[in-house]
Amino acid sequence: MLEIRNLHVAIEDGSKKILNGLNLTIRDGEVAAIMGPNGSGKSTLSYVIAGKDDYEVLDGEILLDGKNLLEMEPDERAAAGVFLAFQYPLEIPGVATMTFLKAALNAQRKGRGEDELTTPDFMRRVKAGAEKLGIPQDMLKRGLNVGFSGGEKKRMEILQMALLEPSIGILDETDSGLDIDALKIVSEGVNALRSAKRSFLVITHYQRLLNYIVPDTVHVMSKGQIVRTGGKELALELEANGYADYVTNAAA
Amino acid sequence: MVAVKETVEQVKQLDVDQYKYGFTTDLEVDKAPKGLNEDIVRFISAKKGEPQWMLDWRLDAFRRWKTMDEPQWARVHYPKIDFNDSYYYAAPKKNAAPKTLDDVDPAILDTYKKLGIPLREQELLAGVQTSKVAVDAVFDSVSVVTTFKEELKKAGVIFCSISEAIKDHPELVKKYLGSVVPVTDNYYATLNCAVFTDGSFVYIPEGTRCPMELSTYFRINEKNTGQFERTLIIAEKGSYVSYLEGCTAPQRDENQLHAAVVELVALDDAEIKYSTVQNWYPGDAEGKGGIYNFVTKRGDCRGANSKISWTQVETGSAITWKYPSCILRGDNSRGEFYSIAVSNGYQQVDSGTKMIHLGKNTTSRIISKGISAGKSQNTYRGQVSAHRKATNARNFTNCDSLLIGETCGAHTVPYLESKNASAVFEHEATTSKISEDQLFYCRQRGLSAEEATALIVNGFVKDVLQQLPMEFAVEAQKLISISLEGSVG
Ligand SMILES: Nc1ncnc2c1ncn2[C@@H]1O[C@H](COP(=O)(O)OP(=O)(O)OP(=O)(O)O)[C@@H](O)[C@H]1O
Ligand SMILES: [Mg+2]
Repeated sequence: MLEIRNLHVAIEDGSKKILNGLNLTIRDGEVAAIMGPNGSGKSTLSYVIAGKDDYEVLDGEILLDGKNLLEMEPDERAAAGVFLAFQYPLEIPGVATMTFLKAALNAQRKGRGEDELTTPDFMRRVKAGAEKLGIPQDMLKRGLNVGFSGGEKKRMEILQMALLEPSIGILDETDSGLDIDALKIVSEGVNALRSAKRSFLVITHYQRLLNYIVPDTVHVMSKGQIVRTGGKELALELEANGYADYVTNAAA
Repeated sequence: MVAVKETVEQVKQLDVDQYKYGFTTDLEVDKAPKGLNEDIVRFISAKKGEPQWMLDWRLDAFRRWKTMDEPQWARVHYPKIDFNDSYYYAAPKKNAAPKTLDDVDPAILDTYKKLGIPLREQELLAGVQTSKVAVDAVFDSVSVVTTFKEELKKAGVIFCSISEAIKDHPELVKKYLGSVVPVTDNYYATLNCAVFTDGSFVYIPEGTRCPMELSTYFRINEKNTGQFERTLIIAEKGSYVSYLEGCTAPQRDENQLHAAVVELVALDDAEIKYSTVQNWYPGDAEGKGGIYNFVTKRGDCRGANSKISWTQVETGSAITWKYPSCILRGDNSRGEFYSIAVSNGYQQVDSGTKMIHLGKNTTSRIISKGISAGKSQNTYRGQVSAHRKATNARNFTNCDSLLIGETCGAHTVPYLESKNASAVFEHEATTSKISEDQLFYCRQRGLSAEEATALIVNGFVKDVLQQLPMEFAVEAQKLISISLEGSVG
């Protein structure tokens, strides 16, 4: 379970406040969607959960299964089960995707005090995962994300999530840049990972994604706060009416 | 930003604690008196029992050296060197003239063992290394032992110290010594001609593929002593040899001078692959101590279709001044230069290559990867030239720099000169930084800051590491991590 209480966050140099007393709870097995206008702080929230340094937490707490994430390093949070599928995945030239995946998986296992995977075992998992997501084998030999198309990068994020088996998967606009077929494949990949123990935080601008990954809850974010919470039908309402109501409400 | 700061902190701490080879070996030594003059040159020559022609050659070089000035064009800064404040000869006493390994002082054998260089042939065979490597071990001013000599002899290969070669194969030494790097080539090379003490000699006969890797391991142990090594490799027609050189030195507060000359000669259809893993002591966190490494390395592709390839991994030395070059004299000859130069702390690197195209259809390839961290300065200096007669000369240069942190510098100084209109030179250069976003991305996947940095750096140098002989690629990879990290390795 992920619990965020009264979270206040500013940019590291203090010049701008982005999150203003945000509250959000995601239960085990729950898929929560966050929608909200550009610049409302959705990506910032995902970065703060994952532990990016550019932000200063002024107040509040973030607990994952009761553990205080704010006291942990980013890699410790990863080992504790936080996975962030980036809105803009980074390129790592010269590091074969396969090499990167193995390094990441083994680092997390080490962080949890588990043994490293054997190479055949690892290869089997990667191959199976890649196949499901329609990722060709030779792509795994290329430098991570180097020269990958927007859609390929997003698939690679989901492959990483599948291998790392997090307890909370945060998807930041994973649907942007995907064609319709890829959207289906990626959604199926995510759905296959849904389980009673694993939760998801799905950030999106488009209701369409939520037809494939059907959320349990939908939250509206505006100006660094959750301003409304509802079921999946809330997404349809937003699609029809836009954010005008929330933007003015929050400002008032 | 904090992540990057932390990494930079770790990187700053590297040096002393990370330099694993900084120990000293206590030995009784035979030393020349301190200072540099004709008597010292005579002393060295006499110690080596050299013939008169060799002494004359040295004395001539010394007289010329006295008229020369230290070059100033490199981007390195250091206090003026007092050449009289150093010893030019130091040799372990017990090692007067060892015939076999059993005659070598056990303390020296232990030293090499500690450095990860087992000299006993049976140890080599029993070790993890899959292929055999013959080693010439040079300790301060003398070669203490050369392994696998007998086995190599069967193949007709001569592998011995240059001192032995001067005595046993004078006709070869006379013919080739100074034929690639002329006596007056440059200030340090000329000094080397006068006072060189030892180094390796390799001769591969016609049509022979050297049956094993050859290597020389240089160790500076004595305080205040310069090491002036001299290496000469001759590959006759249609022969092949792969040679590796490694170097370390103890941690000392004073700077020590290392001025080597390496000459390679490749005749028709011959190939020489020369790899270096240079890990001289780089100095401490404040930039105190460390080796001044002024090296002249040059290969002459004298025959048609010959090939010389230089691969270097440079992580040590306070100052590196080094430009392994190829003279592409034979038609269709090929020169290659693959380099990884890592600088950290207060290290200064000015390194690169020269590809001199003289023959027709000559090709050269330069791949240089510079990694700067800490307060270091890292310069790539490369010259590519095509002579009037070098029809269809081709060069490809790729020169990438990676910066870690805000206080280091990377510089690229290419010189291109073509006197033949058919020559085609391509030059690519990039400078990048390990971005905090890349680091965060890796850490989000579970890698620590150090693991992430090492991974990114290894990705950056991959093309060059692939050029090293397998056994050494792994070693080099570790070395690079150690040079850059506070806690990895
Ligand atoms: N490191 C930073 N430095 C300066 N401003 C920042 C930084 N990170 C976020 N911001 C600002 O904070 C606000 C929230 O940004 P964020 O990326 O979280 O929005 P978002 O809801 O994800 O928007 P979008 O829907 O466009 O992805 C924006 O105004 C953004 O410019
Ligand atoms: Mg965003």
